[in-house]
Amino acid sequence: MLTALYIMLGLALALGIALGYAALKFKVEGDPLIARIDAILPQTQCGQCGYPGCKPYATAIANGEADINQCPPGGDAGVRALADLMGMEYKPLNAENGVEKPKAVAFIDEDVCIGCTLCIQACPVDAILGAAKHMHTIIASECTGCELCVAPCPVDCITMEPIAETPDNWKWRYPTIPIKPVMTS
Amino acid sequence: MNALVNFTKIFKFHGGVHPPENKAQSTQHTIGQLPLPEKLVLPLRQHVGNIPKIKVNIGDKVLKGQLLAEAEGTVSAAIHAPTSGTVSAIEDTTIPHPSGLPDRCITITPDGKESWIDLKPQDWRKADRRALIASLRLSGIVGLGGATFPTHIKLRSDGKSGVHTLVINAAECEPYITCDDLLMRERSEQIVKGIEVAQYLLGAEKVFIGIEDNKPEAIAAMQAATANTSMQVVVVPTLYPSGDARRLVYLVLGQEIPYDKRSTEVGLQVFNVATVLALYRYFEFGEPSLNRVVSMTGNVNTPQNFEVLFGTPLMHLVNGAGGAKLGTTHYIMGGPMMGFDLPDENVPITKAANCIIAASPNLFAPLPPAMPCIRCARCADACPVNLQPQDLYWFAKSDNFEKARDYKLFDCIECGACSSGCPSNIPLVQYYRYAKSEIIAADRAKEAANIARERNDFRLARIEREKLERAAKHAERAQAAKSELAPASETPANATPEANNHADSGDAQKAAKQAAIAAAIERAKAAKAAAAVSGEVPKNVVETTPTVKAEIAEIEARRASVGLTEKPAADEDKQAKIAAAIARAKAAKAAAEAAKKQE
Repeated sequence: MLTALYIMLGLALALGIALGYAALKFKVEGDPLIARIDAILPQTQCGQCGYPGCKPYATAIANGEADINQCPPGGDAGVRALADLMGMEYKPLNAENGVEKPKAVAFIDEDVCIGCTLCIQACPVDAILGAAKHMHTIIASECTGCELCVAPCPVDCITMEPIAETPDNWKWRYPTIPIKPVMTS
Repeated sequence: MNALVNFTKIFKFHGGVHPPENKAQSTQHTIGQLPLPEKLVLPLRQHVGNIPKIKVNIGDKVLKGQLLAEAEGTVSAAIHAPTSGTVSAIEDTTIPHPSGLPDRCITITPDGKESWIDLKPQDWRKADRRALIASLRLSGIVGLGGATFPTHIKLRSDGKSGVHTLVINAAECEPYITCDDLLMRERSEQIVKGIEVAQYLLGAEKVFIGIEDNKPEAIAAMQAATANTSMQVVVVPTLYPSGDARRLVYLVLGQEIPYDKRSTEVGLQVFNVATVLALYRYFEFGEPSLNRVVSMTGNVNTPQNFEVLFGTPLMHLVNGAGGAKLGTTHYIMGGPMMGFDLPDENVPITKAANCIIAASPNLFAPLPPAMPCIRCARCADACPVNLQPQDLYWFAKSDNFEKARDYKLFDCIECGACSSGCPSNIPLVQYYRYAKSEIIAADRAKEAANIARERNDFRLARIEREKLERAAKHAERAQAAKSELAPASETPANATPEANNHADSGDAQKAAKQAAIAAAIERAKAAKAAAAVSGEVPKNVVETTPTVKAEIAEIEARRASVGLTEKPAADEDKQAKIAAAIARAKAAKAAAEAAKKQE
């Protein structure tokens, strides 16, 4: 009877020490769940989800504060991936946060730009080049299409241009059988 | 045929199919020449890699062989003027690409003189390898077998390739295509010289020339040309896709290149016959890559091979082959297995165009509707890469891309051997192409997202850093101000012995401040009272010295003499000016809005 008690106590002690050591030794810096959610999010940094960027939204999802259907740039596929990761039911995008749009980049009409730097301050990824009272321009390859620069512009010289299909980014289509009208005489 | 007895052992690869060859039609005639077309349209996108940079302007006169666009970045190839003439346009037009989308092209209107630039032949036997390979960047030569990979990349520029064996790809396994066959029949001497150049540049010890056994004339010609060299002609059985570089290497050497390695990593390099011929012409005569041999076959009156200048309009070539026969529905670039339908009849011939087939329903019956996969695994038996096409099809069809990647979708060479044997007529390769381009697009998006994340993190860190810097600066300034004030505030604190602790000294400071404010208010009040006493004297003139007062009086007198003192009038003038400015701004805004609405 007593031996059994000692064995159990000894085991509890030994395992406790082992677990305590492991908790210190293999401590994970940061929340891996946040990083995994952040990896799914499109990094547009547009704030349409109601949070100031993709990371804060990822944090909110991880803490159960935000729903998974608040990211329009991530689209339907993004919601599905998040539902998969979080083990939640898929739900369609929340219309309050906006709708999924084809990817676009900002374009500055350089003749109209007055060089006020307001858009530069708004850009979350530093994709606008320019200085005070000098023309600004978008670094198209870095632009995430978040549209945050459009509103602050006092002269409305920024427009969103959808990314055109070129032989470079063209994709093979899903094989379909074309439907042809049959003439019946 | 006895002369073709093969002494080398052949290592048969897995799978493969033997579709009807249809090569006899276009081998009845020798390689023909075409008259100069009315215009030459040169797409910038003719090779794998970066788009070259345009070096000419519209209206420029160019000579034959003159550089039009230079290689940009590492993997890129130059483009030259195929004939002398004028650059008549630089614009987006339809290019021979499966997308059918327009892309940037340089159009040249020939002047008919065919006047060359100064050609600079190079004695490759004496020159430095590195310099030769560097000069190849200007040649515009790309792999002419159809892959169009820039050749100067395949020869390492440090001159130390580590390649011990060079395999010349002359298998030409795809049906209908005969351009390499005819080249070997007619220009075997030049090809062998080209192989010598490539062998020298690579430092390869052994050379094997792999030719399928359905080209006896070419084999005989190549054997005769290589008689006094160490090169070995290897006759391989006719089995599609033996012309794939990895399949040919296995056939000839029995060596499998690991799926995740390039051939150069295991000391092998593969060149197409037409490419080595282009190498020879570049070094021997200084000619850049201006033309290629194209098989014009299928539903045309006289199928034949032609030496075609790059940029030649498709219809010019079709007319050269006697024109298209009745029932031609469209044109295929490349062979029937791997080629694609050209978007329209106005596209030019490019470096990738080894064969053009005029297609008709008689030659290529439309595929019956696809039936469900019955898992017969005939595709797996046919796959030369040992993949499981039925699984890949399943994953591609259900958009299960990660799984498709796991099953080595990217090792698929899209040869079409699987679809050609499918009893359910499933367009398998189309599914693989779809899955591949979706995966590539997703990977690109992921990469862009990673960059965006990095840039956003950096921006947030920068803002935080600037905030801290600003705070530090403020603290520093506050500290400096405090130390300046310190002696003044310390005097009363020190005067009273019990004011040693901080709370008391704070109180003392507060009291001093309040006293100062009260004094200031008193001073202001006194000044006000003084002003009231003196009457009409303006506030800011209260304490002016007599000399300044005299000056003011003098100025006032001068202003009065010119008639500027009527203040109300001046104010009215100002108000009118402001009103006019507002009206102007409003009008401009309205005009801008109207213009916007019209747009």
